[in-house]
Amino acid sequence: MPQITQLAEVFASQLFWLAVFFGLIFFGIGRGMLPRVRSAIDQRDSKVADDLEKAKLARTSAEETEARWRARMDEARVEASRIAQEAKGASARETEARVKEALGEIDSKVELARLRIRDAVAAARTELEAVAAEGAQQMVQQLTGIKVERQDAAKAVKSELEIMTPVER
Amino acid sequence: MSAQGKIDPMHQFTIEPIAPLHLGGYDISFTQSAAWMLFAFGLILAFMALGLKRELVPGRWQMAVEGLTGFIDDMVKVNIGPEGRKFIPFIFALFTFILVSNLAGLLPLAVIPGAHPFTTTSQFSLTGVLAVLSFSIVLIVGFWRHGLHFFSLFVPHGTPAVMVPLIAPIEFISFMVRPFSLGLRLFVAMIAGHILMEVFGSFIVSGLNGGGIGFGVAILSFLFIIFVVALELLMCVIQAYVFALLTTLYLGDAVNLH
Repeated sequence: MPQITQLAEVFASQLFWLAVFFGLIFFGIGRGMLPRVRSAIDQRDSKVADDLEKAKLARTSAEETEARWRARMDEARVEASRIAQEAKGASARETEARVKEALGEIDSKVELARLRIRDAVAAARTELEAVAAEGAQQMVQQLTGIKVERQDAAKAVKSELEIMTPVER
Repeated sequence: MSAQGKIDPMHQFTIEPIAPLHLGGYDISFTQSAAWMLFAFGLILAFMALGLKRELVPGRWQMAVEGLTGFIDDMVKVNIGPEGRKFIPFIFALFTFILVSNLAGLLPLAVIPGAHPFTTTSQFSLTGVLAVLSFSIVLIVGFWRHGLHFFSLFVPHGTPAVMVPLIAPIEFISFMVRPFSLGLRLFVAMIAGHILMEVFGSFIVSGLNGGGIGFGVAILSFLFIIFVVALELLMCVIQAYVFALLTTLYLGDAVNLH
């Protein structure tokens, strides 16, 4: 086993060169380069953390803006519905008024017409009474030979007609 | 690889000097083992340097480097706690050096005539030193932070007073065994895998030379060696991880005292 048989003869050399190269790795790379790699990593981590923080801030501000916008939208919507309601109410009232007016007009027309009808009915009745009284007078004279006074005949016809037709409304 | 065509599986672990060098009576020749350490260092340096662009949006290479450092950071944080940050360079050096050395030993360089990879972590003189280094740091940190109170590590919480004389030596022994278990585990895992590959490689060569039933043996050995290489790749990573993980666990003990 050369490791043992050679030990005494190569140990100094092994130790020396190990010290040299291990020392170079330890001091040159381990203490020289490693911290720089580490600082690069730390820098990146802090940058990432920073950016994340900034992003978070931006997000909260965006959310605030959105909340404000939403509140304004809600307000506007309420306002709009109020205006619409008002407009609807106003137009309904107007329509009502117009309908009422029209109804009044119609009523007055109807009233007029009714008056005219009553007048016509009254006129017709007087005429009818006169004709009926005359007719009754002649009928009685021809049937019985009794001469009935014109006024009595008219009275009798009138009373008969009043029994037959109800009192005028 | 002796002259008779016989294959010596241990030969691959021999350290050969490249440039002789002496310093104050010590032989510190630049060996091929040192060259492979240099290779590991260069590879780690290149890997890190290419990933050190410090861009805000990392590229692939930077992601890989940051993944590695993040992995080490996590391991240290979990096992030592927030005070472990100062150990990160050491754990990083341990993990990367062992990982790259392990994997460099598996490079298929033998296809180039005359070249063959050398696994520095299959040398006990290296893994032992690393283990002792880890253990010394654990001891220094422990005594530095807790003084003599560090010895309370040998008496786990809630041990009845009667049991203390029994538990303490056991804990002490298990504590002292740590550097050996650290160094030996890595060394043995590496050497075993390499011997296995070498032996079955030699079976392929001998089988093909033998002919007849030898071909069957060669094919079987070849299939087996594929499996062993895959296992070894896994082993390289696991051993580096285990070494670094155990060091952080021991350091965690020293820093937090249970």
